[in-house]
Amino acid sequence: MALLEIRNLTKHFFRLSALSGVSLSVEPGELLGVIGPNGSGKTTLFNCVTGVLAPSGGHVLFRGEDITGRSPDIVYQRGVARTFQLIQLFPEMTVLENMLVAAQERTGTLLSRLVRREETRETARARGLLEFLGIARLEDNLASNLSYGQQKLLDFGMALMPDPQLILLDEPMAGVNPTMINNLMGHILELNGRGYTFVVIEHNMEVVMSLCRRIVVLSQGERIAEGTPAEIADNPLVLDAYFGR
Amino acid sequence: MGDFVQLTIAGVSIGAIYAMAAIGFVLLWQTSNTINFAQGEFVVLPAFAMVLFFVILRFPFVAAMLATVIVSTLLLGVGVKELLVTRLLKMGVLPLVIATIGLSLLIRYSLQQFWTPLALPFPAIFSREPIRLGTVIVSLEEIGNILFAAVVIGALQLFITRTKLGRAMQAVAQNRALASVLGINVGRLVTITFVLNAALTALAAILIAPVYLVKYDIGVSLGLKAFYAAIIGGFNQIRGALLGGLLVGVVETLSAAYISSHFRDAFALVILIAVLLLKPEGIWGVKEEWA
Amino acid sequence: MGVVARGRWPLMAALALGLLLPLVLDQYKLYVLSLTLVYVILAIGLNLTLGYAGQISLCHAAFMAFGSYAVAILGQHGVPFEAGLVVGVVLAFGWGLVLGFPALQVKHHYLAMVTLGFNIIVFLVLRNWESLTGGSFGISSVARPAWGPFSFKSDRAFYYYILAWAAIVVASAYWILHSRWGRAFRAIRENEMRAEVVGVSLRNYKLMAFAIGAAYAGTGGALFAPLLGYIDPGAFTLDRSIQFLMMVVLGGLGRFEGPLIGALVVTVLPEVLRGSEGLYLIIYALSVILMMLFMPKGLVGLWDLVWRFSKSATSPSTSSASPR
Repeated sequence: MALLEIRNLTKHFFRLSALSGVSLSVEPGELLGVIGPNGSGKTTLFNCVTGVLAPSGGHVLFRGEDITGRSPDIVYQRGVARTFQLIQLFPEMTVLENMLVAAQERTGTLLSRLVRREETRETARARGLLEFLGIARLEDNLASNLSYGQQKLLDFGMALMPDPQLILLDEPMAGVNPTMINNLMGHILELNGRGYTFVVIEHNMEVVMSLCRRIVVLSQGERIAEGTPAEIADNPLVLDAYFGR
Repeated sequence: MGDFVQLTIAGVSIGAIYAMAAIGFVLLWQTSNTINFAQGEFVVLPAFAMVLFFVILRFPFVAAMLATVIVSTLLLGVGVKELLVTRLLKMGVLPLVIATIGLSLLIRYSLQQFWTPLALPFPAIFSREPIRLGTVIVSLEEIGNILFAAVVIGALQLFITRTKLGRAMQAVAQNRALASVLGINVGRLVTITFVLNAALTALAAILIAPVYLVKYDIGVSLGLKAFYAAIIGGFNQIRGALLGGLLVGVVETLSAAYISSHFRDAFALVILIAVLLLKPEGIWGVKEEWA
Repeated sequence: MGVVARGRWPLMAALALGLLLPLVLDQYKLYVLSLTLVYVILAIGLNLTLGYAGQISLCHAAFMAFGSYAVAILGQHGVPFEAGLVVGVVLAFGWGLVLGFPALQVKHHYLAMVTLGFNIIVFLVLRNWESLTGGSFGISSVARPAWGPFSFKSDRAFYYYILAWAAIVVASAYWILHSRWGRAFRAIRENEMRAEVVGVSLRNYKLMAFAIGAAYAGTGGALFAPLLGYIDPGAFTLDRSIQFLMMVVLGGLGRFEGPLIGALVVTVLPEVLRGSEGLYLIIYALSVILMMLFMPKGLVGLWDLVWRFSKSATSPSTSSASPR
């Protein structure tokens, strides 16, 4: 069974059609790439899957369960985590606190969250992840005081905190220097090796081609191609979408 | 029936004045995210200035009006913007809100302490002679207020829609970041908005002084009415504030005449609840798209 | 954690001060202190809703009214004070939940309008439902609590009663805000969208933010009525809600000590200035403006400076995190 199945997803904004009948599926343990020119609907796709936007039509199934239009907190609790193209953190909270927020709503009930004070396990996990990402020493810094690259790493760390089944990365390499890019790619590959499933939106072709075994191409809200990096690179439809006539 | 029309006209007359204050309020909100809790005092201060120029110093009317508008725009327009707004806007909405609350107290009690706690009479600008229009009797004052306000608001509307500066204001109201990127000097535009607001409140003061009597604490209810008008009519459109102001004036006048004091409140209540439940952005307000 | 350690000592000191002060204060000053404590309770509630969870509430006085009128009306029928307080708090909590729902649909200035409208509505109902509330005349001679033969009628005894409740409120607020709920509230304030995407249920937490803040307001209201001895609708207008807004912003939004400092300043400062004959309101207004210009994040910033100064004097290490 596919981990994530998107069937015929459509999203309109007034008269603008952002997504038209997009279908794709993600297998467990995959590293899927989603590419396409600006405005092709990639982030809208993520938003619809994670519940930030309600689709106008179509279905989203996660592990067989229909999560179409469910609110983001429910989707998260089902096991889907994501990062954002434009960094979205909690600026006046520390790095550690940012990580802990990402963990706390996954377990327990509303009431238990009030009463239970114990956080050693979550704190240990957060510290472990921060160590893995190389930003452990920044634990007590306010998120707003971090550099862009450090914020990207924190964003990534937050997505990993709940031990999600599916991780959606929205342009993780945007605005990042080459050393950091290799760094991040290394992390993603290592985690994928451990069994985490990724879907990555990226503009950086080198990254996508070397990272992903399968790529889906969107253009103007529609899926126009799918295949291995080699197949995509040769596909005239893809070249046309990017470079036009 | 004639009574009803007369009362409605009287309501529109006072409502037009409320509308001027409400429009200024909405303009400030739109272009600079300022909730001006001192808007009532922004009317009271020029009213006192008018007493100074017209009654005490005996300037001719037009000169007194000009002097009042200039004093208002300098103190409450440029002054407030440069001293308070520029600095506090960066910190979010609330510090500025509290500062305007402080400002309203400052103006109110300074006038009480340093000028007078008593009400100052103000001569009527337009004659209060009744005129007969068909079956209806109105006063020149009521017609005068409506026409004056109409001219002012009309001129403002033209400014905003037809001039370059006005369109820049619209741009800033819709999307500050984008306007700035497009080369619009947002800071200067906010100053202009504050100046416009000060002019509007000064003109409203000139019209309301003969009607209300000039006293240090009339700002409290005036400010509240400007606020209600903006809530009910629509916080993000000039015509919303206009509608709101007129509605407040008409409802106030009609309910004072027709509804016993017992139910007057209930009437206002029902309107408020209806608007909040059915259309929280105001009758002529526009629902803003949240990302 | 450093936050918790720092948090408790000043509060303990304040409690000690609160226990000892009445022994040296005259009746009027004791009254002002009692009123300050009541306002602290109210300000803590608003700070939870607005400061920690970022939800605009301009109807705090309305929630306060539920507490005041419950105690006053039930007291007229011989119901013991504590029972009246519980009823008032439950009513306030309930209406806080109701107000939480618009908070789910609209934000910022629209929410301000709705809460403001609610305040006006409650005020108008209080003024017009004469058979229940006494209308514009209100209710006079609100009884102070009594436990059998022992009565809290004297000013000093009632002060200690209020102090006990204030301590309960401060302790419970401390408990709530230093839990995962506190972190969830802050996440909503910092970045609502991201909070939702990491599993924070906006619905549950926003409703709780309103309801708990309202419950504290109800508690404060219940203590307010017997302190004054009488209540009328005029005490629960928009002006009053704005006064609480001032306390919370002046003190320091979203900081635990903020409402304590803010309530103290807003209540005591005008009294301190009273000597200056009529000018005192002007000086007060100027102070408010200056405080906002120079300490827009609240007076708690001064407290931070004092703390950091004393810390660096005793130990060289500093943390870059800001305390809660």
